[in-house]
Amino acid sequence: MIVLEKRPQPSKAWSYATPLVAVVATMVFGGLLFALLGKNPVEAIGTIFWEPLFGEFAFYYRPQLLVKGAPLVLIAIGLSLGFRAGIWNIGAEGQYIMGAIFGAGAGLAFYPLEAFYIFPIMVIAGAFGGWLWAMIPAFLKVRFGTNEILVSLMLVYVAEQMLASVSLGLLKNPEGFGFPGSRNLQSYDSAHNAELIAGSGMHWGVVTALIAVIFAYVLLNRHMLGFHIRLTGEAPRAAKFAGVNPARLILFCLGLSGMLAGLAGMFEVSGPAGQVSIDFNVGYGFTAIIVAFLGRLHPVGILLAGFLMALTYIGGEIAQSQLGLPAAAIQVFQGMLLFFLLAFDLLTNFRIRAARSEVA
Amino acid sequence: MKFTTLLTSAAVALGLATGAMAEDKTKVGFVYVGPVGDGGWTYEHDKGRQAVEKHFGDKVETVFVESVPEGPDAERVMTQMALEGADLIFTTSFGYMDPTINVAKKFPNVKFEHATGYKTAPNVSAYSARFYEGRAVQGHIAGKMTKSNIIGYIGSYPIPEVIRGINSAYIHAKKVNPDVEFKIVWAYTWFDPAKEADAATVLIEQGADVILQHTDSTAPQAAAQEAGNVVTFGQASDMSEYAPFPRVSSIIDNWAPYYIARTQAVMDGSWETVSTWDGIKEGMVEIGEISDAVPADVKEEALALKAAMAAGEYHPFTGPLKKQDGSDWLADGETADDGTLAGMNFYVEGLDGEIPQ
Repeated sequence: MIVLEKRPQPSKAWSYATPLVAVVATMVFGGLLFALLGKNPVEAIGTIFWEPLFGEFAFYYRPQLLVKGAPLVLIAIGLSLGFRAGIWNIGAEGQYIMGAIFGAGAGLAFYPLEAFYIFPIMVIAGAFGGWLWAMIPAFLKVRFGTNEILVSLMLVYVAEQMLASVSLGLLKNPEGFGFPGSRNLQSYDSAHNAELIAGSGMHWGVVTALIAVIFAYVLLNRHMLGFHIRLTGEAPRAAKFAGVNPARLILFCLGLSGMLAGLAGMFEVSGPAGQVSIDFNVGYGFTAIIVAFLGRLHPVGILLAGFLMALTYIGGEIAQSQLGLPAAAIQVFQGMLLFFLLAFDLLTNFRIRAARSEVA
Repeated sequence: MKFTTLLTSAAVALGLATGAMAEDKTKVGFVYVGPVGDGGWTYEHDKGRQAVEKHFGDKVETVFVESVPEGPDAERVMTQMALEGADLIFTTSFGYMDPTINVAKKFPNVKFEHATGYKTAPNVSAYSARFYEGRAVQGHIAGKMTKSNIIGYIGSYPIPEVIRGINSAYIHAKKVNPDVEFKIVWAYTWFDPAKEADAATVLIEQGADVILQHTDSTAPQAAAQEAGNVVTFGQASDMSEYAPFPRVSSIIDNWAPYYIARTQAVMDGSWETVSTWDGIKEGMVEIGEISDAVPADVKEEALALKAAMAAGEYHPFTGPLKKQDGSDWLADGETADDGTLAGMNFYVEGLDGEIPQ
């Protein structure tokens, strides 16, 4: 008979070990899945994890890891602060969309003027758009006690409709022959979030993501507000006695995560994506939730998790075209990662014991 | 700049390397927006890819990546294919247009073919099919088959291609049934079985007994089958698993001849930039078998209509036609020019509602 016994203190060793164990388990079971599909599992896993980093064309893929990973990290950092305090922003995808709409809209309002101040205005507008969208669930929660999980999630679908609307109307490219989608910001210099060093993949979004990691680290470890966030999540009653104002904390956490998601959207639309289009959002806001947990809600962990996730995306595409693996198999592989992480997480808080049957 | 050079030289080096290794094996890449099993749009493109493999055998190698989001991800997938030595890359969704142009700039020696867009370059061709010819046949059958005189239409996005289809179907339904009315629902997706099923259900509840769809899944077919007395048409693919009823006919996109011809052109070194817009005549648009649920005389008329278009004797947009606002569009006997059709952003007279802006 095997029983689970709650640990008096969460195990520190396991909390560091579970992400690694989860990655290993994903490789084993993912390999099994690929084998069942008739592919060589070692080759498939090798392609996914090795090829983008050290393969023949790594010079192209490595920068792409930054491009793909940066929005994930930026959004996940914001989410992790709220998650630590038990404030669940599930709607980062919507805030990401609104950031893109506001950012691109602000830039396109100046078209075709070329000026140095346009890009900074777009950055502010993007952050504002995301913040505004997150303030809706925040305000409703503070004022009426609504559930922020539901409200923020539902607002994703509203944001998607607004995205479709502006792609077809307000921001539609007047020279686009009636097709949906805005002007391409890549060909509008003042609004283009170009690579800072050509070929490096480094654009302002990557820089901002790295700054956000440092900022979150300092906030959580050196600042009173960070302490309040952790306290509220770990011991809500103690937080009350310590004088934490829950309403202020909710507004701060949701606002900040919305702002970062908005920034991610803005940097994406003005850089790699280039234009506002109906299918602009590809799920970064949802994937970032996985990244936040995979990174243990720790800023440095999130940084690593973001790039691991980016690696599976890029490696997955290579495996598709080189080995003919179906896209769905790659998605299952990514899903396994979160599943195993949550499953092994049990070991952080529980101990597995062999118990004698007479106890039961 | 430097990076571009690096990429190009890598591509050139690789081109030389693969050229030396596999003398005359032409590598063809396909980028798909949906899963190959969608039963519609992507499924037909993948059939085209398989036809290329079958036709050329050992002389060709094809690769594909499915469910690629439009945007930076598409750009990366195309770059990856070009780096790995593809000679010809088909990008099969409208949203891949700018990414295709971007990547094509970096790989001047690789040929690109973009479906349903309007931008070309020295190494980028555009191709699309005149689906509206198929819509004319559908409209004719739909107008004859409806008893409630309400025809439901599931639109994907309000873009010229879809609006063209609605207009063409409406004109030909109205011609055989003056009382016919169109109800249009915009799904804002090309492929989302749940949304498409919802749209079909809403239309059926509003009294529609014929459903036309411009989305790619078979979900509307299933919804119609459940309702029992609703007629549907296969979209992009034959969807014959729902024949003979509710699916009474279909528009089939047949990309195989074009893909084979273009691959051949790359092999011969005769590839040139073109803007192809083929229809029933060239075989890019096919009408799936009209089932026995359609009365024999209607079937005969529909086939005659198809034959007239195949022979180039009839154009679906032939005047007199007015726009929705009542202004004149085409005079008696005049046919629409391709420019107007390509950017069509208005309904013809008689259609209700507004095109979402």
